[in-house]
Amino acid sequence: MTNIGPDVQVAAGTVATTPPTDPPEPAADVPGAPAGRPRAAWRMLLPSMTPWLATGLVLVAVIVVFGVVGPYLVGDPDAISDTGLSGPSAEHWLGTTQTGQDVLAQLAHATRGSLQIGLMVGVLATVLSAFFGIYGAYLGGFADEAFSLLSNVFLVIPGLPLVIVISGFVPRESRGLWTIAVVLALTSWAASARVLRAQTLSVRSRDYVAASRLSGEKPWRVIGVEILPNLLPVLASQFVYAVIAAILGEAGLSFLGLGASNSSTLGTMLFYAQNGFALPLGAWWWFVPPGLVIALFGMGLSLINFSIDEIINPRLKNARTARRRAKAARRRERRSATGTDGTAGTASTAQEVAR
Amino acid sequence: MSYVLRKLGFYAVALWAAVTLNFLIPRLLPGNPVDIMLAKLQQRGGTVTPETREAYAALLGGDSTDSLLTQYGTYLNNLLHGDLGVSVTYFPTPVTEVIGTSMPWTVVLVGIATVLAATIGVLLGAFVGWRPGTWLDSLVPMTTLLAAVPYFWLALVLVYLLSRVLGWFPSQGGYDVVLDPGWSPEFIASAIEYGFVPALTIVIASIGGWLLGMRNMMVSTLSEDYVLTARAKGLPQGQILRNYAARNAVLPSIAGFAISLGFVVSGSVVTEQVFSYPGIGSRLLAAVTNNDYALMQGVFLFITLAVLGANLVVDLLYGLIDPRTRAKA
Repeated sequence: MTNIGPDVQVAAGTVATTPPTDPPEPAADVPGAPAGRPRAAWRMLLPSMTPWLATGLVLVAVIVVFGVVGPYLVGDPDAISDTGLSGPSAEHWLGTTQTGQDVLAQLAHATRGSLQIGLMVGVLATVLSAFFGIYGAYLGGFADEAFSLLSNVFLVIPGLPLVIVISGFVPRESRGLWTIAVVLALTSWAASARVLRAQTLSVRSRDYVAASRLSGEKPWRVIGVEILPNLLPVLASQFVYAVIAAILGEAGLSFLGLGASNSSTLGTMLFYAQNGFALPLGAWWWFVPPGLVIALFGMGLSLINFSIDEIINPRLKNARTARRRAKAARRRERRSATGTDGTAGTASTAQEVAR
Repeated sequence: MSYVLRKLGFYAVALWAAVTLNFLIPRLLPGNPVDIMLAKLQQRGGTVTPETREAYAALLGGDSTDSLLTQYGTYLNNLLHGDLGVSVTYFPTPVTEVIGTSMPWTVVLVGIATVLAATIGVLLGAFVGWRPGTWLDSLVPMTTLLAAVPYFWLALVLVYLLSRVLGWFPSQGGYDVVLDPGWSPEFIASAIEYGFVPALTIVIASIGGWLLGMRNMMVSTLSEDYVLTARAKGLPQGQILRNYAARNAVLPSIAGFAISLGFVVSGSVVTEQVFSYPGIGSRLLAAVTNNDYALMQGVFLFITLAVLGANLVVDLLYGLIDPRTRAKA
């Protein structure tokens, strides 16, 4: 009974596929759900609300707000004081660094920096993978072979070592935010391109795409209007993965001191913590929060991606909804067997215990 | 047979691409690596003769009047003779020797950790996917947290907990420096003791991906008709799990090995820095901080070579387990 959301959404799904005059079966389970309201077909494209998705959305929203609004609320992250390496206290919620800088203030600014680079690389990598994956598969023939070979080659060449080598050759002064973003995007688009290519190949052979091509539509229109809408969930999930990969990759690079110069990200925070001997000095409040923010943000995005995966692969969703229907059916059976609602609760707990 | 040939051809192309990237990167990017390197070399007491300069120019480009194509020819020729130049950081050791002494550390560490993570992850994933809807499913969101944890941060936390607070394991290095590297039992025991936390880091950080992929494929496979048929025939549950569902569900995990291995290698390069592990990742970073471009290129080439080799082996094995890949060719 904690998740009333999913049942409502299941009802929505049933309404969209059956005539609206039929009262949908699962809706009987949810007293609050309006049975006959017409719903748009695009609702099918939206993920259904699950506790996991809610957790993911909350995690991502909290961290994004912290990164966007936080820097205005905290003090100067670079201001040094004489209270170096003090643990969490009322004055400094997350303690201070070796030079007495407030860790919370640094964390807010660093989160903003990491989100920024994650977004930049996410967009760049998705555009690259869409070009090589979708356009190649649409053209077919030699172009498809060439693009597919290119993405497979980029896939097997280990990304981070390549990024490290490139960053090593670029002089420190010309290593700006955009340089790092472009390098990270260039080394991380391949896996998504392969996924997109596979999806495009299956969409491309459908009749309405063939009809659109035969009627002389231009390639960009066939791709944009006929193919792309089918790929939106896949694109969205690949974008989310690209953002996670970018934030992780940038953190690794900055941790090694190879990140963008003058930037402040969660990776640079960890770099300073490592070089300020946070570990031997036992200053856990200095190096635990930045990594935790990365991990929780990544977890939030992955949980959102689970729900997107259920749209791409409906079997995952079917397994979940079938389970819920079976549970509901069992509950109804018991209810009719025991007669009154009052005993149903004890019967279900008895069943739980027996299981 | 043609499947094997196709795979060999692909990896030959990938190797060529890596070598060419290695050739082009220092030539296309700003900066003059040859001058920086020679300056470093002089600081370390090396003598810079015109021949040394020429050798580095062949490796890194720079003040050469030759066309790019001739440079490429010289570069490939040097590479074929195993001449990767002399390391500046570990002067006067040749790059190949530096790599030779550090490569086994990384290969053993990453190899064992990856095999362990893949085995445990796939087994757990099979069980979680086999019974969807039980309490096991609540494990799944936790694995996304593991998958999103930065390797090096997990390493820091583990070192803090296991080495500093509990004092169970040494926090730095790859072996007890008192011992001589060799095949003596004491040395191997010390290498295992020092390698435990790095390996644990890699296993914990990479297990989530395997578990998740396997779990999702299990859920998909369980709704296949052949699983239903097996159930209808009244086969024992264990047999359906092993021979019908898990066998088919594991295929994409194996096919996706290339992507996983790339991530693990990338992660372990940074992790080695935390532990000052004597592997190839630490060498790469030492090379980068010292502008040791020859070593940098050599290390990248060998990492790529190792990853490509591992992928080739897995791909050939895949052809053996899944007959469909051979039939398609």
